[in-house]
Amino acid sequence: MGLMGTGILKGLGVTLRHFIDTYAEDLKYILNKSGVQQPRPLRRQSPKNRGLVTVEYPRERLPLPENFRYIPFLVYDTEKQDDKCTSCGICAKVCPPQCIWIVRTEDPVTKRPVPQPKEFYIDTTICMNCGYCAEFCPFDAIKMDHDYELSYYPNQEPSARLVHDKARLTKPDTYHASIHPTDWRRELEDRAAEEAKKKAAAEAKAKADAAKVSGGAAPSGAPPAAKPAPAAKPAAPAAKPAASKSSAEPAADAPAAPSDAAQAGESQ
Amino acid sequence: MAEETTNPPPAETPAAPKAAPTAKPASPASAGAKPAAAKPAAAKPAGHAAPKGPPLATLTPELVQLQQQFGESVITPAPYVGVLVNDPSKLRDVMTYVRDQLGFDMLANATAVDYIKEGYIEVVYHPQRSKGGQPITLKVRVPRGNDPVAPTEVAVPSLTPIYAGAEFQEREIYDMYGVRFEGHPDLRRILTWEGFYGWPLRKDWHEPYYEGDTKPFDSRWPGGHHELAEERVPWADNVNYPPGFDPLNFNANPDAGLYDTMISGVPGVEEIASNGHAQRSPQFKGVGAAVPVLDRNYNNLADEEELQTDQIIVNMGPQHPSTHGVLRMVVKLDGETVTDLKLVLGYLHRNHEKIGERNTWLHNIPYTDRLDYICGIANELGYVITVEKMMGIKPTERAEYLRVIMTELTRIESHFWAIGFLLNDLGAFYTPALYFITERDLILDLFESVTGSRLMCNYMRFGGVSRDLTEDQLMHARQLAFDRIPRKIDELEQLLTDNEIIKARTIGVGYLPADRSINYSLTGPCLRAAGVPYDIRRVDPYSIYDRFDFEIPVFYGADVYDRYRVRVAEMRQSLRIVQQALNQLDQTKPGDIQAGKKAYNHRVPAGEAYGRVETPKGELGFYLVSDGGQNPYRYHVRSSSFINLNSLKEMTVGHKVADAVVILGSLDIVLGEVDR
Repeated sequence: MGLMGTGILKGLGVTLRHFIDTYAEDLKYILNKSGVQQPRPLRRQSPKNRGLVTVEYPRERLPLPENFRYIPFLVYDTEKQDDKCTSCGICAKVCPPQCIWIVRTEDPVTKRPVPQPKEFYIDTTICMNCGYCAEFCPFDAIKMDHDYELSYYPNQEPSARLVHDKARLTKPDTYHASIHPTDWRRELEDRAAEEAKKKAAAEAKAKADAAKVSGGAAPSGAPPAAKPAPAAKPAAPAAKPAASKSSAEPAADAPAAPSDAAQAGESQ
Repeated sequence: MAEETTNPPPAETPAAPKAAPTAKPASPASAGAKPAAAKPAAAKPAGHAAPKGPPLATLTPELVQLQQQFGESVITPAPYVGVLVNDPSKLRDVMTYVRDQLGFDMLANATAVDYIKEGYIEVVYHPQRSKGGQPITLKVRVPRGNDPVAPTEVAVPSLTPIYAGAEFQEREIYDMYGVRFEGHPDLRRILTWEGFYGWPLRKDWHEPYYEGDTKPFDSRWPGGHHELAEERVPWADNVNYPPGFDPLNFNANPDAGLYDTMISGVPGVEEIASNGHAQRSPQFKGVGAAVPVLDRNYNNLADEEELQTDQIIVNMGPQHPSTHGVLRMVVKLDGETVTDLKLVLGYLHRNHEKIGERNTWLHNIPYTDRLDYICGIANELGYVITVEKMMGIKPTERAEYLRVIMTELTRIESHFWAIGFLLNDLGAFYTPALYFITERDLILDLFESVTGSRLMCNYMRFGGVSRDLTEDQLMHARQLAFDRIPRKIDELEQLLTDNEIIKARTIGVGYLPADRSINYSLTGPCLRAAGVPYDIRRVDPYSIYDRFDFEIPVFYGADVYDRYRVRVAEMRQSLRIVQQALNQLDQTKPGDIQAGKKAYNHRVPAGEAYGRVETPKGELGFYLVSDGGQNPYRYHVRSSSFINLNSLKEMTVGHKVADAVVILGSLDIVLGEVDR
């Protein structure tokens, strides 16, 4: 036991040091400032910082880490002019608070389901931002957003309200790329790899067909090249409306939907 | 009411004929590795002739000894795990033997399971040794009855005379399942309010807006009708009112039973019971009659009579800066001295366990974050390793290291928080707390950049974790672990440890000796501050804690000051673990964070398991029962904050009311975990 009061003095020393450190940081900033109008450089608390850093929130915002997750949004494929979502329903199943509702599109003629959502609702009041929907979506069609300011006034139009419909949820993939650069790069790589694989498979098939054909009759490059496309079409149980779709690519996506889902579900 | 449960009872095999198109029996390969899964398989041939019954447990040596002592008619092997005490009236003898002869001196966990198809409620006890090792499992069955209001006809003897820590847990079982406990000193509802209609965790009790027994609900997809949850009025749909309920003359006095147990001068037990309930609405007689107020040893009547002083009852909370959330402490004061203390819990109760039984196994992971929201990742670890134990899978090496790094960082930030707010409770308003919150925020920055969220991390997965750390994030973690936080812990000690005011306010305050602490099932830093080196990371190692070099800090003062010192010492030990883990992380393969293929609809083999981890607050246990389906049949959280509160009264009585605040602060509770 030391002298009475030394412990308090020691503690006050710490307080004093914090006080000085904080102002030293601010001093640095004042000295660096060139003009009054210049916005304050945004600093984030970092392990190297001394003293306390204040961020004046509504005026200043901290940069968000890429992985930051808030209410999900649907990715719109600007290249193909189409929703990425195929309404497979995995997001609705993995959602812990069950806040996702999906209505599937039906083909007006055949009444068969089309892999595209007609309606997509997320009740953001019960969404717990766990990120499962984005994590388990096999099509990279739903992603977690960075927009964390969702409050609205009661007199605002219903689209501002907290059950987000498809129109409100859909955002272009350029936006997704801008907030999730790493994820986007991975997606592009995946897509490139898949296309390469598909191409290789098509080539292999063409070769095999060619070999078969050459075994019987005169060899020709043209018929086998045309073959894979018609072969893929009947395999798709849900043919997309032909008008909006370009060609083999989305049609090949469609059969992948249920099988992927089943696979992911079956393991373990 | 006669809603059919889609869950088959645990008697069914894993290949339950559930409608799911992917219904595939759990692969037999996965059922071999772990004891929980292996045991039933091994015991099956030894079982009786009953062809459909679940496999019986193989008995551990302690249980065999117990069986020899009490005879095979009283103690029989239970399904899957543990033994069944066939005669509830012998339970106290059995438990006394378990405690005194077998050395299981601490009741880790007590809970119940409603086996609705078999028609009984099973009360499950997990006593353990404060020296360490696995807990044993004892079960008692009582017929559940079909009355939605009345408690069970057959009472289970209360274990409070044997384990003081049983008090709150038995009250919880009573509240949730309507199991009566004979000889309990204060058997009232604890998480719901007095007058609540029904027993919420029974399988035939349904909440408002009940949609189905298990998720995912069918209505969501493909053509469900959406609605805004906030626009639902809570009394609109599927609310069960007691027969004859008249909302206009609704006059339940939920505090009558509470004050009855505190007010002195009420002569006899029977009279209290009748007086207390006479004040309530006659409609609630059925419920009221279920509240025996049997033992009155809380009141020190003699003192009051001799000193002729007035005592007053003061409610602190539920909205009070000192109670760390919506906790209500009802204190009886003689001057400024606390003579009695009761807790009113449940203001944050959302029936987490019922939600957990509706959820799939995966759904529960983010929900565990919400238990003790200060240390979410530690809760996830507890749940995930329990389920992994049942499924018999093992996470990858890298995932194990990442789990340990994140969990230990969680411990550090939680202790920063606890110490900061202990200082608040001492009156040092927010200056020290903010210093420590700064450090905590740096750790949360790491969590946010890795997992996407600061508190609700949702980081663990079965067999791994959700994300790997990038090089930048590892650098941040290294800067924290090797430079920043060690420096700041030194500073913290400089600021506080020798401070004379803190010493004067905390030394000797909130004393609870080691044997009482153990009897109260106190765990965590508070128990180690009483000189018991009980830390699950050491006494029953899980994950890869056996690989690291660290100590379990122990102090012997058993007071608030030593609880503070234990926490500081533990932060240093946690840093040691993080440093070692960060150094060894290079030996693992980057990106290898998930064992097997990532799946979302896990099926867990039928069985049950009790898994626990050492969270910053103490022992967090998960008692899970699986019927082989996608959802847990029973999901129980053994919450350390809740059970630690058992001992608050004994710590506080005799101290001043200002000390009551500090003692509560030293327990470091989080209401999200207390109320669940």
